[in-house]
Amino acid sequence: MDWVNAVIQGALLGGLYALFAAGLSLIFGVMRLVNIAHGDLIVMAAYLGLTTSVALGVHPLLALVLVIPMMAAIGYVLQRGILNHTLGDDLLPPLLVTFGLSVIIQNVLLEGYSADPQKMNGGALETASVSVGSLSLGLLPILTFVVAVGVIAGLQWMFYHTALGRSFRAVSDNQDIAQLMGLNKRHIFGLAMALALAVTAIGGIFLGIRTSFDPSIGGGRLIFGFEAVIIGGLGNLWGTLAGGVILGVAQTVGAKIDPGWQILAGHIVFLLILAVRPNGLFPRVSA
Amino acid sequence: MSVQGYRVTRGSNASRLAGLLGLIILLILIAAPWWAGRADMRLMGEVFLYLALASLWNLMAGYAGLVSVGQQAYVGFGGYMLFALTIFGGLNPVVAIAIAGLLGAAISVPVAALIFRLRGAYFAIGTWVMAEVFRLSFAQVSALGGGSGTSLPANIVRAMADGRDAREALSYWLALGMAVLVVAAVYLFLRSRNGLALTAIRDNELAARSLGIDIFRTKFLVYIVTSAMTAMVGALIFLQKLRISPDAAFSVNDWTAFVIFIVVIGGIGTIEGPIIGTLVFFALRETLADLGTIYLMVLGLVAIVIMLKAPKGIWGLIKDRFNLQLFPLGYRVVRPDSTRDDQKGA
Repeated sequence: MDWVNAVIQGALLGGLYALFAAGLSLIFGVMRLVNIAHGDLIVMAAYLGLTTSVALGVHPLLALVLVIPMMAAIGYVLQRGILNHTLGDDLLPPLLVTFGLSVIIQNVLLEGYSADPQKMNGGALETASVSVGSLSLGLLPILTFVVAVGVIAGLQWMFYHTALGRSFRAVSDNQDIAQLMGLNKRHIFGLAMALALAVTAIGGIFLGIRTSFDPSIGGGRLIFGFEAVIIGGLGNLWGTLAGGVILGVAQTVGAKIDPGWQILAGHIVFLLILAVRPNGLFPRVSA
Repeated sequence: MSVQGYRVTRGSNASRLAGLLGLIILLILIAAPWWAGRADMRLMGEVFLYLALASLWNLMAGYAGLVSVGQQAYVGFGGYMLFALTIFGGLNPVVAIAIAGLLGAAISVPVAALIFRLRGAYFAIGTWVMAEVFRLSFAQVSALGGGSGTSLPANIVRAMADGRDAREALSYWLALGMAVLVVAAVYLFLRSRNGLALTAIRDNELAARSLGIDIFRTKFLVYIVTSAMTAMVGALIFLQKLRISPDAAFSVNDWTAFVIFIVVIGGIGTIEGPIIGTLVFFALRETLADLGTIYLMVLGLVAIVIMLKAPKGIWGLIKDRFNLQLFPLGYRVVRPDSTRDDQKGA
């Protein structure tokens, strides 16, 4: 029964990883940009949530009402102000610029909030649980997973059933022709980044309620998100959710074998899948 | 128009002068134990090791198009191999450094086989995952101190040379030798047949492939050579520090972020760039390091601005302005009736 418990906890943890990964997957899909600062933006969202909820005295989840538009605005400005200038055939500029951003964000957070670990107070939600058979499942992990499924379903619907989604697919297929058809690709890219960071905001808040965080943990979150994307297959949002679940299960089962093996087990499963299925389990586009 | 009298040459007056100056500077640096203080020598040793790391990263990213953010994997691996080989193998540290290089090459083969499946930016994050795997694995080895690390036993340190001054001098010379070895190796490699293939791949991968260049093999070779030398640099770094822990050995900030900033600021895709970048980096560090986090923000900002406004870095600006190449890689055609050099190729 312990093992079943570990698997289920891992699957629910996968929801959080899918939230980390969905933003990465989205911007890669729309503009082939890999954002090295993604993890630091997740942590930044957690800090924004912390400040908002403490300043206004509201529950962290309610803080999302403010943090989501804030992160979206940051995303739009970041894309139009900096990242749009790095896009092109050359791989180096976006990589190195987002790497520089990552270092800047980390140190701004360090300057503003110090290196002490912080945590958001989720109140009763943190300890509430529901019993399923002999298992006791935390309400927060369940909520995280449900939100992740909702976010991915929403993104999927947006991609295939809205005008915005059509624009995203158009610039993704061929930027120049999309531009000829009257789309402003710089604006579309800005919107894609805004949307990606809105999702990141949700991931950041759930991270901050679940565990303590400090400015240095961004790199690790980026890696989890990245692994979920690659395991699931590039450009496939439901695959990303599956990738997150696989990673989460690998970690909790690894931790069950030996607590020191938690993160390592996740990486090893990722490398195994990379060795056997280089394009991920459910590939859609090849990178 | 006659071809007679035209000469094709690699060198130029500037490169010959630079070579001579470089030799003089090298001789002065070799003599440092007789004129420099202990603190200065430690600082210079660090400069040399960062120069070596930067030159190696530049070879991968600037020439082979392999942008890695996981070179700390090999720095840490080399460091740990030095500790393991000297503590358990009883080897002399200098021998252990060479073997650490060989082991670095050996471990990089399966690593490359896996992460070469990822393209472009995903390759970059894949290298980072690998570095994390290395870090977490070494943290599990309790014989090497597990997560909290271990120190190099005093008897091993003493066995290196008699007295503290001799040890410091040896460690300084090893660092200087490593930097010279790396820069010379990169230079000679780029002038070789493989280097020509690499330059062709950098300029246009499709055209290079159509000329019959085996792109995978060339990149693979660069990755393995770079890994081996990075492991040797890592062993030297931790021979200077005398203490190792997983977090210090596999630090992404220390061994990759700074190195990337050095190369970007100095000028990526040139041999001169990392040299200039290293000098600028240490000049900034020595003057601004007291500012702590602000210094790192400034560094990140400078790197972003350079990448956006002058992607070829400081050396790129100088090169374009004065048509200089201190390490001649390309060929120049020299007209018989003119002393002016016309540069052909890159």
